[in-house]
Amino acid sequence: MSPTDPLEPPRPADGVGAVGQGVPLLTVRGLRKTFGANEVLRSVDLTVGRGQVLALIGQSGSGKTTVLRCLNGLEVGDAGTIGIVGTEHAVSIDLAAAPSRAGLASLRDRSAMVFQHYNLFPHMTVLENVLEGPVVVQRRPVAEATAEALAMLERVGLADKRDAYPFELSGGQQQRVGIVRALALRPDLLLFDEPTSALDPELVGDVLALIKELADEGWTMVVVTHELHFAREVADEVAFVDGGVIVEHGPPEQVLRAPREERTRQFLHRLLRPF
Amino acid sequence: MPVTSGSTWDLLVEALGPVALGAVAGTIPLALVSFAVGLVIALGVALMRLSRRGWLSGLARAYVSVVRGTPLLVQLFVIFYGLPSVGILVDPWPSAVIAFSINVGGYAAEVIRAAILSVPKGQWEAAYMIGMSRRLALRRVILPQAARVSVPPLSNTFISLVKDTSLASLILVTELFRRAQEVAAFSQEFMAVYLEAAVVYWIICLGLSAVQSRLEKRLDRHVAH
Repeated sequence: MSPTDPLEPPRPADGVGAVGQGVPLLTVRGLRKTFGANEVLRSVDLTVGRGQVLALIGQSGSGKTTVLRCLNGLEVGDAGTIGIVGTEHAVSIDLAAAPSRAGLASLRDRSAMVFQHYNLFPHMTVLENVLEGPVVVQRRPVAEATAEALAMLERVGLADKRDAYPFELSGGQQQRVGIVRALALRPDLLLFDEPTSALDPELVGDVLALIKELADEGWTMVVVTHELHFAREVADEVAFVDGGVIVEHGPPEQVLRAPREERTRQFLHRLLRPF
Repeated sequence: MPVTSGSTWDLLVEALGPVALGAVAGTIPLALVSFAVGLVIALGVALMRLSRRGWLSGLARAYVSVVRGTPLLVQLFVIFYGLPSVGILVDPWPSAVIAFSINVGGYAAEVIRAAILSVPKGQWEAAYMIGMSRRLALRRVILPQAARVSVPPLSNTFISLVKDTSLASLILVTELFRRAQEVAAFSQEFMAVYLEAAVVYWIICLGLSAVQSRLEKRLDRHVAH
């Protein structure tokens, strides 16, 4: 594959992070967020290395989705810093200093999000959904962006659906389009917000397999998920979020099999033995 | 028009000319121009109403309140008969267009606002996620979806407007109903001529309903049924 191949994760800028894995790509320090009187994130610190996969687990309302949304600027944190570093478009913003709209936009430009409910544009075909970002927003040449988009759709098995509208697709197909739409933005960081929670059980496997493939290829990702098996298999690191803080984090084997914290144990217990 | 000595039927056939002319040269262009201008006003007012700036949305709210809270006939009279007393003379046609546009602007603004609000929040988020500004998200993602929702209520607004243009006869605009009044006064056949005018309005509105359902089908092509 050529260096600009969209299916390949972005490479480090020259001279930066030549050793590859272990070099931080995302750093979050002291992230805080309140909604009214409700303190959703109290102080979140995260580091995700280039090519690493971080899984965020925790119960609904724990703040894990809010972390993800802050990374993409869909929510603006009240304090803390978020940096995407070690790439040619490194950005770092200090949320306490009321970041400018341009600062937030540059942060958002480096990441792309896959939503729980896909959020495809219903009035656009599959191909139009994928091209909206690269062509309309990033103003890249149409021919080049189209060729890339078609290659990606081919890869996820949806080349024949290029002219279909989202309502004509199954949930699993829609979510694969959602993933291609995110990849088409050529982000440094992929964010997945419970990407299989809205799918029928028999459709979950295909989508998880695709995310695993992307992880194996070296994409850097943060995945909010309830799929513990998936987290164990794909994530390099698992973080358990509860009450707006990261209670515990570490390799999946440790956090999921031998959690140190009582709260983590309780959560895993409830998830694995719901009855 | 000559005094007709023949039957009422002959009168109706003869009256059809001026009445149809009133529709083609008066009613229809008046409604179309006012609706087009009114929609532009409505979109602006709807966006103001949705603005996070309190004074902008307050202004929009006041506009809608005044337009909906006062009779259209009074609005027409204020512009045509009222403004000259403060030194502003407006001809019948422009007066009618101004009054009807302002009126449509108020009613359609609420329709458009509701349609924008009916688009799921996730659509805004997906638009922002791919890097769109608020303005671009509105234009490319939100308004096309809002348009589909607003066709039926906006069609109602337009059909009401076509009928309301008959009020312009009272400020001397020569549209359908004013032509009919002239014929009726001259022939003294009030019942027949006014019924004929009613039938012509009805035919115009039937045509509009047909256009509406075609438009709805077209805009519905990418949603599940």
